[in-house]
Amino acid sequence: MDRENDNVKEIVMPSLGADMAEGMLVEWLVKRGDSVKRGDIIAVIETQKGAIDMEVYYTGVISEILHEPVVTLPVGTVMARVELTEASDREVAATAAPQMDTTVPEIDTAPQMDTTVPEIDTAPQMDITVSEINTAPQIDTTSPQVVTAAGRGSVIASPIVRKVALEKRLDLTSIKGSGPLGAILLRDLPETTKEMRVSTSASKQLSGVTKSMRGAIAAAMTKSKNEIPHFYQSLDIELSNALAWLKKTNEDRSPELHILLLALLLKAVAKTLTKYPDLNGFYQANQFVHAEEIHIGNVISLRQGGLVVPAIHHVDKLSVDETMQAIRDISARGRNGHLRSSELTDASITITNMGERGTDSVFAVIYPPQVAIIGFGKIRKTPQLVDGELVNSEVMSVCLSADHRVIDGMLGAKFLNALSKQLQKPELL
Amino acid sequence: MNQKLRIDRVHLIHQLRQMLRIRRFEEKCTQLYAEEKIRGFLHLYIGEEAIAVGVMSVLKPEDQIVATYREHGHALAHGLSMGSILAEMFGRTNGCSRGRGGSMHLFDKQMNFYGGNAIVAGGLPLAAGLAMANKKQHREAVTVCFFGEGAVAEGEFHEAMNLAVLWKLPVLFVCENNGYAMGTALSLSESETNLARKASAYGMASSQVDGMNVVDVESATSSALELIKATSQPYFMECKTYRFRGHSSFDGQLYREKEEIRQWEEKGPVIRLQNWLKENNHFNEEELDELESEIKAEIEAAIEFAEGGAWEDIRDLCKDVYSPTQEGEPG
Amino acid sequence: MNAQTLTYREALRAGIEQALEDDERVFLMGEDVGRYGGCYAVSKGLFDYYGEQRIIDTPLCESGFVGVGIGAALGGLRPIVEVMTVNFSLLAMDQIVNSAATLRHMSGGQFNIPVVIRMACGAGRQLAAQHSHSWENFYAHIPGLKVLSPATHSDARHMLGQALRDPDPVIIFEHVMLLNESGEVSELPEADMESALVRRQGDDLTLITYGGCLNKALAAANKLAELNISAEVVDLRCLRPLDTDTFLASVEKTHRAIIIDEGWKTCSLAGEISAIIMDQGFWTLDAPVKRLCTAEVPIPYPSHLEQAALPQVEQIVEMAQAIMEGR
Repeated sequence: MDRENDNVKEIVMPSLGADMAEGMLVEWLVKRGDSVKRGDIIAVIETQKGAIDMEVYYTGVISEILHEPVVTLPVGTVMARVELTEASDREVAATAAPQMDTTVPEIDTAPQMDTTVPEIDTAPQMDITVSEINTAPQIDTTSPQVVTAAGRGSVIASPIVRKVALEKRLDLTSIKGSGPLGAILLRDLPETTKEMRVSTSASKQLSGVTKSMRGAIAAAMTKSKNEIPHFYQSLDIELSNALAWLKKTNEDRSPELHILLLALLLKAVAKTLTKYPDLNGFYQANQFVHAEEIHIGNVISLRQGGLVVPAIHHVDKLSVDETMQAIRDISARGRNGHLRSSELTDASITITNMGERGTDSVFAVIYPPQVAIIGFGKIRKTPQLVDGELVNSEVMSVCLSADHRVIDGMLGAKFLNALSKQLQKPELL
Repeated sequence: MNQKLRIDRVHLIHQLRQMLRIRRFEEKCTQLYAEEKIRGFLHLYIGEEAIAVGVMSVLKPEDQIVATYREHGHALAHGLSMGSILAEMFGRTNGCSRGRGGSMHLFDKQMNFYGGNAIVAGGLPLAAGLAMANKKQHREAVTVCFFGEGAVAEGEFHEAMNLAVLWKLPVLFVCENNGYAMGTALSLSESETNLARKASAYGMASSQVDGMNVVDVESATSSALELIKATSQPYFMECKTYRFRGHSSFDGQLYREKEEIRQWEEKGPVIRLQNWLKENNHFNEEELDELESEIKAEIEAAIEFAEGGAWEDIRDLCKDVYSPTQEGEPG
Repeated sequence: MNAQTLTYREALRAGIEQALEDDERVFLMGEDVGRYGGCYAVSKGLFDYYGEQRIIDTPLCESGFVGVGIGAALGGLRPIVEVMTVNFSLLAMDQIVNSAATLRHMSGGQFNIPVVIRMACGAGRQLAAQHSHSWENFYAHIPGLKVLSPATHSDARHMLGQALRDPDPVIIFEHVMLLNESGEVSELPEADMESALVRRQGDDLTLITYGGCLNKALAAANKLAELNISAEVVDLRCLRPLDTDTFLASVEKTHRAIIIDEGWKTCSLAGEISAIIMDQGFWTLDAPVKRLCTAEVPIPYPSHLEQAALPQVEQIVEMAQAIMEGR
């Protein structure tokens, strides 16, 4: 827009409607040199809706006519100029609307409360080499490589199969598909890959659940600390006998049949509880009710964070071997999210044991409505005085957190000492 | 006649000023629209100023307004700042609706100004609902609902009128009968063109007012409000008026004669008051000039305010669709 | 756990009663909600107890009274507006869409509309074409609204309270075929208002559904278990916003999905969910996502035709078998 000075105003093709892009100048009602007053009709513009009288917004003299009718001009085109006669009649200059950046950012189609888009992280955090796989676009470019390695685009496979193939570096051309159009489905993949796949996806489900799991843990722990008057006692238990027994027992066994210390600990706890039932039960509605069975909850941490606490049922009735089997079973299922609901709700007491990765002692928080939780620390090699002599000893701190409404220090002490005694005779467990 | 009505010089000049503010503002909007500063639709109130000014001058701060898309005059007369109105029409964030609504959707919570509605007759049930809330919460406020005569054809008009009387809701229904619903004359759309009669059909008290006379409008409004308070019943006021410009910016006005417009313009509200004041020596040219320059300055300041307003960040596109999650009390 | 057994209708009523007790700004308005006791007897007895100021019988003017409810919410009250059925809600669409859903945005965030609108919905009673609609998708389409579908008795009991505490307009759909059913009502809400819930765990495929179809999906899952197919059932509960995390996690686990939706298939909610799974869960799929919806016909009157039009348990089972067999 060039104006010679503030005294000369431009008369432009006006916008007369939301969708008007151009107008047809049909007639001038003034000519060069004519005086005009603000509001005078000076031209006739033809639009889709008919002829419209165009008014002038300034008072002055027409100094230039730039276009002759009949001509179609885009909105905003300068058609004439008027020289102002009133010095006071200075209007604010017309400037075009600022150039808006017309690119619209990607707006997610899902309705949302805030501006962040919830995304499911499709990359599982397991030990398999999948960390380089991210969301769809990347996989899109890489999967054809898997296919084309053995011949262009002749493999039909379901999306999950393609993903697994990429992860496992499978050659899909060598697999026969049983799906529609001969598509390779999950069931067509070799067993081992499927298993891994199961744990991959299931653990994904868990991390998808972690948010609510965290919430549940938070709620339970808060409730526990708010309601249960905890008190804590700890005892160092000599484990040399137990560890020696384990070493001997496991010598002639194949690795998958090895018994771990945890099995002994569980059995010892169960046996001790039969003599001290006040630690095995539930505090509800202001009273303590003994549990009829001994189901011991085991805290299992998950690799991606969070924990599950499945119970092993009837530990008192299981042999050490059966206990060990149960431990293996719930650990595996606990980590891939296949626990039964009864396992998650039935524990009458809980233990927590981090083994070598743990600390010397752990004073855990009771899971309501239980009334006790036993924390096992790591095994420490310490010298002990036995019969006046320094002996190498392996010792573990066992810490009892108990509900003071039900249990008192005397009982707790008795329990721990009894537990210690049980663990001195592992062969009797 | 209401004793509280003031027909003194000071008040009348105030009314003139208010009408002129609206008039000049609307005229300026036409230019700004032609310059593409204002976009979308633009519905001008030129010729109808007396109604908004007359009614608003009787209201109290706690009274609520529901208006239509032709609401610039109502917003100005009610006290929304000219700058925030213009900024809204420019689409800037310092507009009264933060630029999200534009010309047809002026809202101001502080001023109890509930829009700005683009669905003909859509505001009537809302006004009835606001009145119901006032009544249930024992608030003295009256809800004033403005609409054009085109609205009386809509079902929502009838439903709202019925409910207002049935439930005794304190609503003042102000029908601005300018004779044309967009391009359709009243006689072509209504079997019964005496609109006040439609109110009687619902058992609602009503009056017909010369909408070109700001004094009459003010007087009638005053009486109406008194009656609403005394009877706890709604009231219907039909104001006969005329709009001097087309329905909206883009209107070839093929549906009416230029002669008709000219005749109405001669008895327009601004001219009439101006002439009356002059003839009765209440007012002279200098005072009028001074008034006009003050208004001009206000308009220019509003333009500056509006042009200085920011464009909302595109990343905030989906803001204010829902309340923030921590929000407690309603508006 | 303290649980009561109530009919769905009684659960709804208990929810309304609690709302009236808890907050004096709450009131119920709608056709025949007062003296008649409610078209479906949901509000029976409330009028006698709470009186005509809090239980308001409206004339037959959906647009008018829904608009009034919206205005009342705007003015500080907490109305529960009952539209007798979703079928009549078309008359009020203007107020719901152009006022309730948009006022907050148009005003630049100055106002909010805490109105709750309840509507009966669904088919199965041989009420024919004009009285059998499922239009949850119409409303779920609109930004500014929230849409709930309580399928269980606990949700019928508790979702209303949650909706009333929400500052924005909430529409609650109550399926007519659930009203007479008895079920357990939990003491507290089962989850927050906008969460979906896995009602049954499974490994082989995911059945995603809402409202009146939940029971069908659960029944189908039982039948499928006998056929050694382990189906997971996801109850959406909230249709806008959709809890995509929950159903995507489920599909990621099972790799197969069927969406059961009583709306007509074209432009259905099922289509929307399918698109979301395609978009965000494509790489987890071992089979295309299937939709089971109502046939493209206005609901017919005779029972055999009506039932043929609606999604059925047998169809879910068949679809699931076909997917599992890779057909």
